[in-house]
Amino acid sequence: MEGTAVRRRLTWQTATVGAVIDETSKVRTLSLDVPDWGGHQAGQHLDIALTADDGYRAERSYSIASAPGEPVAITVERLDDGEVSPYLTQDVQIGDEIEVRGPIGGYFIWDPPVSGEGPLLLAAGGSGVVPLRAIIRHRCLVGSSVPVRLLYSVRSQAEVIYRSELDHLNQEADGVKVLYTLTRQQPPGWTGYARRVDQQMMAEVAWPVASGPVASGLAAQVASGPVASGPVASGPVALAASAPAASAPLAYVCGPTNFVEAVASDLVALGYPPQRVKTERFGATGTP
Amino acid sequence: MDALEDGVLDGNAIGGMLIEVFGEEMTTAVGICGTCGTRGQVAEMAVYQPRLGTVVRCRVCDNVLMVFVAIGGVTCVDLRGLASLS
Repeated sequence: MEGTAVRRRLTWQTATVGAVIDETSKVRTLSLDVPDWGGHQAGQHLDIALTADDGYRAERSYSIASAPGEPVAITVERLDDGEVSPYLTQDVQIGDEIEVRGPIGGYFIWDPPVSGEGPLLLAAGGSGVVPLRAIIRHRCLVGSSVPVRLLYSVRSQAEVIYRSELDHLNQEADGVKVLYTLTRQQPPGWTGYARRVDQQMMAEVAWPVASGPVASGLAAQVASGPVASGPVASGPVALAASAPAASAPLAYVCGPTNFVEAVASDLVALGYPPQRVKTERFGATGTP
Repeated sequence: MDALEDGVLDGNAIGGMLIEVFGEEMTTAVGICGTCGTRGQVAEMAVYQPRLGTVVRCRVCDNVLMVFVAIGGVTCVDLRGLASLS
């Protein structure tokens, strides 16, 4: 931590709401003008603070919904018994000021030079999709060709956040595949997943652990017998046996705690090394 | 599964407070549990936030690793549960 860590002052500053986008009936994206914003990485969050007339101060954390280089945006889900979310999703107007500090977070980050080229397995429970959407946007903006699968667990189609953007990614077929599991209500004719995530679903959706050119080359050799020419058989075997390559799959799991725990343990059971499964728990945001 | 568990967060949720207290990014810092010896990043530790402060527990043995309590604008920190934090 000492040699390379950059000591950065994390101070509260005043941001102005620049734009408001209603994503669903309960979810809104706020684009913020933050005068001294120093940039951010995909997956980070910021803290906001609201102070009432009587001086009561409430602080909350929200994942940044936009990619590095884009204007800072947060996506907020209205909680029925929330103190802050009803204001942010219903009352806030363009031009209103809120205090923010950030960006925060050094763990739940995707940054290709550091994170490597491994295929991404993104698992979102409800509003957990927010930081994963920032990761996908970053991937597209930097022109990465890393394969991505997003498994998005949500109660119904009406509650899908960023729906047109995610459906467009599926249509473009540019290496990003979005799979929904609609846990409570499905539209007529729905042929996709319709239940809470479980081991079977993860086995079907997750990138196999032995993905990548090294392992698939090894698998081909095993299947077809000794190769008449080309690299000696011991080469790929030695590579496959060493520490997970930067090209091994990398998982990011975000959402309510129970969702995150279930998915993370399913992935480890499928052979994902724990250090290749990054988790961010949002706490209870309602029942699945 | 315990209903309480859904309210348990992880070290990511207190990232801002940790920077305030330690002066730098701490979610990737590695802590060793003083009770069971488990090594883990702060981002993956179990975080509980009762009204009066923040309690960070070992995910394996559940013993308390860190306690943060804000009193009159000053955050008091108790790290006795950790064998080390680096």
